[in-house]
Amino acid sequence: MAVRKRVEEIGKKRPVTVEINGQKYAFEVEPRLLLVHYIREYAGLTGTHIGCDTTNCGACTVLMDFNGKWKAIKSCTMFAVQANGKRIITIEGLAKDGELHPLQKAFWEHHGLQCGYCTPGMILAAAGYLMINPNPTEMEVRHGISGNLCRCTGYQNIVKAILAAAEEIRSSGKPVIE
Amino acid sequence: MIPRKFEYLAPNTLAQALNMLRKYRDAKILSGGMSLIPMMKLRLVSPQYVIDINNIKGLSYIKMVGKTIRIGALTRHADIEHSPLIREKLPMLAEAAEVIADQQVRNLGTFCGSLAHADPAADWPANVLALDADMVIQGAGKRVVKASKFFKGPFETALKPTEILREVSIPIPDGPKVGQAYLKFERKAGDFATVGVASVLVLDKNNKIVRAGIGVTAVAPAPYKAVKAEQVLVGNVPSKELVEEAANAAAEMSDPSSDLRGSAEYKREMTKVFTRRSLKKALERAGVSI
Ligand SMILES: Cc1cc2nc3c(=O)[nH]c(=O)nc-3n(C[C@H](O)[C@H](O)[C@H](O)COP(=O)(O)OP(=O)(O)OC[C@H]3O[C@@H](n4cnc5c(N)ncnc54)[C@H](O)[C@@H]3O)c2cc1C
Ligand code: FES
Ligand code: FES
Repeated sequence: MAVRKRVEEIGKKRPVTVEINGQKYAFEVEPRLLLVHYIREYAGLTGTHIGCDTTNCGACTVLMDFNGKWKAIKSCTMFAVQANGKRIITIEGLAKDGELHPLQKAFWEHHGLQCGYCTPGMILAAAGYLMINPNPTEMEVRHGISGNLCRCTGYQNIVKAILAAAEEIRSSGKPVIE
Repeated sequence: MIPRKFEYLAPNTLAQALNMLRKYRDAKILSGGMSLIPMMKLRLVSPQYVIDINNIKGLSYIKMVGKTIRIGALTRHADIEHSPLIREKLPMLAEAAEVIADQQVRNLGTFCGSLAHADPAADWPANVLALDADMVIQGAGKRVVKASKFFKGPFETALKPTEILREVSIPIPDGPKVGQAYLKFERKAGDFATVGVASVLVLDKNNKIVRAGIGVTAVAPAPYKAVKAEQVLVGNVPSKELVEEAANAAAEMSDPSSDLRGSAEYKREMTKVFTRRSLKKALERAGVSI
């Protein structure tokens, strides 16, 4: 095996620019910095949570733009350098002009949260799923959020909220993410 | 959890990526990152160089070329799940994609990355074994390895450290009657399989099985092609007894170990049960009742 280089020589900081909720952020970060830490500690957007840090709980879910399509990803399982030049949306970016997003409203109205820890990730996973399937059945909603754990609600009201939001979004004729 | 320091490289061409692999010995390819990053966070692996291939254009595709479907190195699980071409020609792959991990992981994790990673419980290997796929490997030159010769052991494949799995070419099962199925037995949503069985059956007009492909995952050190079960089926008209005999043969070839998902004995039994069910489903889809 090749001899490992001296620690200080490898993995030096480099500039990473990410557009979060329409605003550009630029910081010098180590390649090993995870995107979730970039969002929380560098950009200061602490609405994105860390639950497990092992790709299981979905609390860190954000939306990322892949060639014009928003997709839900787990930001604890991507390096910030991989997001260089990319656009993302976090929970802070959902409400528009003081108006809650239909998913946020539905979670509120249907008691889709208790402690709220899972909620940002849950809502962004739901947004990601509704973009794939705008008119889901209850089972499909459950499948769509199977990467997100909630230790409080028992999921019933989360599923109700997502179904209600789906209906609201469909009847408004607007896209899930504008 | 914070990985050890590494140098991040983001080549724009496959040639650059291959050069980097040759130049830096202690390097890992990063495609979806859905296995590599968790392992780096746990410090199970700590490569000095990470070569991110996501900026290489032209590696993400699902296309039909002649009688084959070609899947590129950067095609994600979700791309396969939602591809109309896959649903039409290789529906078992869409069926498998749906039960891999969760929406977020499927949006990033790649088909080829999973095959290269070769987790003994991964879902894709069973499918490419059943479908008799060709693994297209790029190093200094290009070479093609049959799926049945690709998986060597747990996390071990025919890939050399200086090579990239750049494409998988899958012959579309063709004949008078075709049925495909992937059946996964999992303990909870998104979990790795306790056992997974992929079946491909081609029958002639008289319901004689002319081709059988069975791939089994999670119940041996490496996923395997249940060749003995395939031999039981080919040349015969399916019946309950024949399917049972094939299921037994597939289970006999298993070599499971006891773990949280069950004892070895239980897993061997489940291999039989799920091979039977997978074959029945494939027959049903071929329009053949037994
Ligand atoms: C929560 C969770 C649940 C999961 N559940 C399942 C499941 O149910 N079933 C299942 O099958 N999988 C599951 N996985 C694994 C997932 O499918 C991964 O996406 C897959 O194993 C690796 O693909 P990747 O593209 O993410 O590869 P990476 O993580 O980027 O790479 C994995 C390894 O393969 C190497 N590599 C990657 N691409 C190539 C290439 N083209 N050529 C050569 N080498 C390459 C890398 O260097 C690395 O060593 C799960 C993962 C997570 C995090
Ligand atoms: S913190 Fe990312 S999945 Fe749990
Ligand atoms: S509301 Fe508490 S974890 Fe979901």
